[in-house]
Amino acid sequence: SAIISSVIFVITLILVRVLFVIYCSSRPMSRRAQKPVSTLIILGSGGHTAEMLDLLAVLQKDRFYPRFYIAAATDNMSLQKAELLENSLAAENGTPITNAGKFMKIYRSREVGQSYITSIWTTLVAMLHALWLMIKIRPEVILCNGPGTCIPICAIAFVFKVLGIRWSSIFYVESIARVRRLSLSGLLLYKLRIADQLFVQWPRLQQQYPRAIYVGRLM
Amino acid sequence: MGDREEEEEGRRRVVFVTVGTTRFDALVSAVDSENVRKVLAAKGYTHLLIQLGRGSYLPTKSDGDDGSLAVDYFTFSSSIADYLRSASLVISHAGSGSIFETLRLCKPLVVVVNEDLMDNHQSELAEELAERKHLYYARPQNLYQTLADMDLNTLLPYSPGDATPVAKHINRFLGFPDD
Repeated sequence: SAIISSVIFVITLILVRVLFVIYCSSRPMSRRAQKPVSTLIILGSGGHTAEMLDLLAVLQKDRFYPRFYIAAATDNMSLQKAELLENSLAAENGTPITNAGKFMKIYRSREVGQSYITSIWTTLVAMLHALWLMIKIRPEVILCNGPGTCIPICAIAFVFKVLGIRWSSIFYVESIARVRRLSLSGLLLYKLRIADQLFVQWPRLQQQYPRAIYVGRLM
Repeated sequence: MGDREEEEEGRRRVVFVTVGTTRFDALVSAVDSENVRKVLAAKGYTHLLIQLGRGSYLPTKSDGDDGSLAVDYFTFSSSIADYLRSASLVISHAGSGSIFETLRLCKPLVVVVNEDLMDNHQSELAEELAERKHLYYARPQNLYQTLADMDLNTLLPYSPGDATPVAKHINRFLGFPDD
């Protein structure tokens, strides 16, 4: 019975910690930010990347620094575009290009058109890879906007928060393509309260998901 | 540039078809069909340029010597923006990247939704923007009818969005001061 009660005690402890993390995540940082925050940017394909780069274009580069970019291993275009952006930033500031963002690839949990059954296996592989990358990066801020790639990363980030390994603020910007329903990624991050803030670009979505924040169209 | 070339340039009205990085044979075969080519020629377009993406359906090339539509294609290009810029009409898959890139260039746009995709949320955006009169919305099987019926003068220009509100929210949340 001593074992059972200690198990119950540990589970209760974890639950309390999870609830505490969710509570803290939903509130703005109480302290004024002094230093730049290391930022992980998860790129999707095509439209997702375009939206993310639009957001990066207006974010203060001296606050969100250093920047790590992750894209699916099958997606060459997105990292190239991010690299272009970083190189042009480096050229503007006169810093050497090697100081620009860092770029990494990740196995994708689900390709467009892949069945949900095989997705289970590929998601598992993606999880392990994501864990490895997250151990290396341990970002303070995560920016993502829709591709399935962000789910394992954000889930791991949440676990890191619970375990006290690293506190990451997770921002999810739902794609402009979502007018009436959240994407699967958006829905998961919303329902599981993993995203600290979830932004939507159409008013109809905000009505449906009251904790979401309506920010108007990015594009 | 010689006068003849300039004249040639002036008469050149390109329809650019793009599927992005996807495979969308239904769209390619729809634009390749006889009646779609004819209606485009009848509307004064001279060239049909198709970006095939990962599709396997190959359209029939034509140099347009007989007064019909000149048809050409390629699979991928790093300068899609240039093709969009030189087009008089764009027919695109429903990817948001292609849609907004075209709208930003103020080009008339017909979006064709790929009904073979498992998670066909893409129609949401195209439908919404079609309701707001920024583009025409079609399916591969009614592309011909949409092109035949469309009146480009009824389309309204699209005013681009703005990412600064999101940036502001993120900054405030993290405790950065507003500037």
